[in-house]
Amino acid sequence: MSDNVVKLHYDIDAEDFTTAGEASSGVKKTLTRLGVNPEVIKRVSIAMYEAEINAVIHANGGVADVEITPERVTVVISDRGPGIPNVDKAMTPGWSTASNTVRELGFGAGMGLPNMKRYTDEMYVESEVGVGTKVTLIVNIVS
Amino acid sequence: MGDYFHSVVLEEDLCMGCTNCIKKCPTDAIRVQGGKARIMKERCIDCGECVRNCPYKAKVAMTDPLEKMADFRYTIALPAPTLYLQYDISKFGRDKILTALKMIGFDYVYEVARGAEIVTKASNMYLRNHDEPRPMISSACPAIVRLIQVRFPNLLSQIMPVKSPMEVAALNARREFCERNPEASPEDIGVFFISPCAAKMTSVKNPIEVENSGVDGVFSIKSVFFKLLKQMGKIKNAENILQAGFGGVRWATIGGEAKGIESDNILYVDGIQNVIRIFEQLEDDKLKDVDFIEAAACPGGCLGGPLTVENMYVAKTRNFRLKFVLPKMLNEVTETELDKTAFDRYPEHIDVSTLDSDLSVALQKLNKMDELCSMLPALDCGACGAPSCRALSEDIVRGKAKLTDCVFVLKEKVRNLAKEMIELENMLPPTLDNKSSGKAKGDF
Repeated sequence: MSDNVVKLHYDIDAEDFTTAGEASSGVKKTLTRLGVNPEVIKRVSIAMYEAEINAVIHANGGVADVEITPERVTVVISDRGPGIPNVDKAMTPGWSTASNTVRELGFGAGMGLPNMKRYTDEMYVESEVGVGTKVTLIVNIVS
Repeated sequence: MGDYFHSVVLEEDLCMGCTNCIKKCPTDAIRVQGGKARIMKERCIDCGECVRNCPYKAKVAMTDPLEKMADFRYTIALPAPTLYLQYDISKFGRDKILTALKMIGFDYVYEVARGAEIVTKASNMYLRNHDEPRPMISSACPAIVRLIQVRFPNLLSQIMPVKSPMEVAALNARREFCERNPEASPEDIGVFFISPCAAKMTSVKNPIEVENSGVDGVFSIKSVFFKLLKQMGKIKNAENILQAGFGGVRWATIGGEAKGIESDNILYVDGIQNVIRIFEQLEDDKLKDVDFIEAAACPGGCLGGPLTVENMYVAKTRNFRLKFVLPKMLNEVTETELDKTAFDRYPEHIDVSTLDSDLSVALQKLNKMDELCSMLPALDCGACGAPSCRALSEDIVRGKAKLTDCVFVLKEKVRNLAKEMIELENMLPPTLDNKSSGKAKGDF
């Protein structure tokens, strides 16, 4: 491992809204220590939080791998959930498959994926029905 | 930034070098070194947590001595709303307290509660004229403003750009006094804030929202408490110099400010750790539907300040009782009173957490920190003088501490060394070692 790369790994607990957001908040603290521009930190933490919540709501949890280099922050959130049948459709603001229970908790507004796109420089969704979903979020530090 | 003044300081003689304060500090600003709990100036926000928690009263909040009044020809007292709640309100009403302030030597008294009413009006106007950002955060508690500067730079733009009630009161008090006493020139007037709080003293010496504070000195509530009590016993007819209603007086307690905001979506939070949790949510873009947040570093709000006399729960009850006897406001806020209440300047980010200005180096230091942290026992015992193992590893990469500051690491090293010494002790050079020569005599 190169010296100026920081790698972080988090397990995202399933169906636990009280701990949801812990991974993104840990990343936020790390980026602050590194002196990364506050605006970049905000974008990373919001996009990552959305992805984290998605893994909790739809996929029974998953894992988050974060890599920080002097150039960019890369967040990969993978789950073994049901997968997204139509990724393009899922990217439409307001489109959601969240259950009523989830909606009552204030989640599932269908803004998750669109928000991730909005706050990142690059975003990739790889998904296979019945296998799982992998979301890659990239925010450039030096643009 | 020149030498930053802090009102919270250490009385070295009293400090026992225990680790109570380092654990309570919300910004990890204290280290015990050489047996004394030293404050890292750039990190301290003067919240007063250490003052509250030191069992030896070694952390103190510096305020001005009352003798400072003698430096001015005329003096004005600005009593914080919290002062009223220090006394049994059925015996010592606000009119008596204000009269007693004049009896101990002040020429004029201006209630900070009136300043608060002006701030409420100015804040409501700001919210009406600006649709975003939301929520706006109160700027009244200087420890909170500094917390944002140090730890939450993303929230700087959400600070309500209206001066604190103390500054607004100082402005209006000086103006009113000069109007009534045309012979007085502004520099002859000393304006003194009667404070429940350490951070106000700091904000007078190092103003945040103004170039120069309108306040010339800060006296603690503790320092005037008995003096006023003595005078109040003598009062037959108290002067009628009340300016504020309950809308201003209730600022002493948490929620008192927020309840004056014209919105049905306000949030108020007290106690520095609770405030930090709310600010973390704000940073993640949550709570967007809230219009206004009142945040106070002290538990209960200003009445929980470290320079108060009365227990904060007792003070809270008194505040609650006042609600039923006071009108909300005595006089409408005028245009003149609102003049110059907007921020003269904006608080800026104070970076204290960055490991290195070069991101590459910072990444290396962070990896080093993780490596060091894994060598530490994770007990957060504080025996090294840092509040946690993580903080010690940070101090090490910053070159301010060494790994052997950890007693567990040190003990392990001593143990290994002792083991090695015993092993070495058992080894003898061949010239002295009879046992090793098990070979036949004469053979090498």
